[in-house]
Amino acid sequence: MAVFCYAAAQRVTIRLTSPNLILDIRSVVEHQQPRIQLEPGAQGDCVTLYGSWNASILAQPQNWLRLSRQLQSQAAHAMDISWDLRQVERLDHTGAQMLWNAWGRRWPRHVMLLDMQRATLSRVEHFTVEAPPPVRYTLWSAYLGLGAWLMAFGNHMQDAGRMSAQLFVDLFRLLRHPLKAPWRDVSVHIYRIGATAMPITALVGFLIGVVLAYLMSQQLRQFGADAYVVNILGIALFRELGPVLAAILIAGRSGSSITAQIGVMRVTEELDAMRVMGISRSQRLVMPRALALAVVMPLLAAWTTAAALTGAILASDLTLGMSPAYFMIALPKAVQLANLGLAMLKSCAFGLLIALIGCHFGLRVMPDTQSLGTGTTSSVVMSITMVILVDAFFAVLFKGVGV
Amino acid sequence: MTIRSPVVKIEGLWSAFRVNGVKNVVHQDLNLSIARGEFLSIVGGSGSGKTLLLRQMLGLETPMRGRVQVLGHPAGHLGRQGVAAQVGMLFQHGALFSAFTVLENIAFALHELGTLPKALVHDVAMVKLQMVGLSPAQANKMPSDLSGGMVKRVALARALVMDPPLLLLDEPTAGLDPDAAEAFCTLLRTLREELRLTVVMVTHDLDTLFSLSSRIAVVADKHVIVAASPQEVVDFPHPFVRDFFLGGRGHRAMQVMRSEISAA
Repeated sequence: MAVFCYAAAQRVTIRLTSPNLILDIRSVVEHQQPRIQLEPGAQGDCVTLYGSWNASILAQPQNWLRLSRQLQSQAAHAMDISWDLRQVERLDHTGAQMLWNAWGRRWPRHVMLLDMQRATLSRVEHFTVEAPPPVRYTLWSAYLGLGAWLMAFGNHMQDAGRMSAQLFVDLFRLLRHPLKAPWRDVSVHIYRIGATAMPITALVGFLIGVVLAYLMSQQLRQFGADAYVVNILGIALFRELGPVLAAILIAGRSGSSITAQIGVMRVTEELDAMRVMGISRSQRLVMPRALALAVVMPLLAAWTTAAALTGAILASDLTLGMSPAYFMIALPKAVQLANLGLAMLKSCAFGLLIALIGCHFGLRVMPDTQSLGTGTTSSVVMSITMVILVDAFFAVLFKGVGV
Repeated sequence: MTIRSPVVKIEGLWSAFRVNGVKNVVHQDLNLSIARGEFLSIVGGSGSGKTLLLRQMLGLETPMRGRVQVLGHPAGHLGRQGVAAQVGMLFQHGALFSAFTVLENIAFALHELGTLPKALVHDVAMVKLQMVGLSPAQANKMPSDLSGGMVKRVALARALVMDPPLLLLDEPTAGLDPDAAEAFCTLLRTLREELRLTVVMVTHDLDTLFSLSSRIAVVADKHVIVAASPQEVVDFPHPFVRDFFLGGRGHRAMQVMRSEISAA
């Protein structure tokens, strides 16, 4: 090649040589494509392999389909033909494994190899193991699965119960030694969970207020009962929507972050570090969050209700021509103060629930990424479900109060 | 690219990172070239940018100035699909995918090619698993159930699954007990010979350094001050080299190296 180019350069006929060069490059590229060639010989057939037999080239779909079909057609009499691998440029373990499997996992009678290829193939020979039989689904395994599920459920309940009980113990300790409590943590969480959630809760509350007031006024106008929009909206927003909306938003926003934060502490062994320093994680992780959420949730519920009422007042003014002043005068008559008390009580319970569920799933995270993901998801789903369940419970329990 | 051209070629590399807005230059006009078949070790003090150099070779960092070429291509082009066939990396803590079993970890790159059938991928991964000295019984364990030495072995098998010609190692023996470290060194030496790998290693461990390296590059004062055979590096007159190799620990490791040379 070099000599040829040199001669060409001497005669300064580059234009003549360049097509040859291109041809040459093309043949090199083609050369790398893995190929199988069957040549009938005097002492039986001979299969010669060419090109690169490595994973990334074999995995190109056209190569894979062609070669696996060709190898399969030789598989029946792989023992009797002779194989010539010496033209192969690069045989990696994937290629070697493919050949080895095609040979029925034993050496054919005639193989011509380079030393390196022999080494690769004998490693494959040495280390190939039969795949384990697939696990079959039987009634017995279903029974065992049910048992495992029940055990896991029981374990969950046990953990949750223990954590809640520990929280009460910690709260009693807090009452006895109020100065030793982690107040700074509590205030950090109040800010992070409460203050930073104010814009989003206000926006959602306001829009819900507008939509509800608009729909209600449309319906009530048909009966000439326009004035009762204050009663319906007042009760709905104060008693149900404000607390539940705020709780669902906070469950999605802070419940997940509590789980993820504690879960990562497990992954990075920070939880273990706390343990060996003799710091109770219930006291440092669970209690501050539970306290903060118990304080913050009623405030956020009030804030969301206020935003929703603003939206409702605005929408009633626009659709019914009901003045804000009238709305504000009619509201105390329509909604008894007990409703507000009930809402605050409910919110406090929601806050505690969200914190406890978030911490519970966070502490159960195993040190791997998948369990962190499932833990966070379950925590959010569980806390939203529990919020709605507890809300229904409150509705039944206090059905005579405030209405 | 031809057989003679270097596997890794770093020319005039500058790298820097920002801490609180203050620019911190780690490499200043650094040059390094690694030939095919070499076992090059990179040594340097803590914070001298050894791991950063390795990350530059992997294309995980962008050079501020200069060029990093790996196997004839700019390092930034790594990270595309199929790169596992060219470069294998053993991270310091293994970086195994914690949601996968050992076998799935090893088979991941092959599996991602999408064409190869499951049975073949399984077989190849099983061969690699045993090549690094693990038994088939470990195949279905999760990474969190493995000991430190086993994590390193699985990570090595994963790095080698597509038989890349270039292997990068970040502190391969850190955190292993002397016995496991020695076994791991032997494994690396055998695999390098059998698979004809080019290996680049970052290490602090002098025993590992002397028992494996064919060439040592010393990173100090923001560039490679010397890259030569172990003996030449030890004789190089520079305060860092003197402290590193001729301190108490260095002295003991050197004695081992000398006795190995005389025995050979």
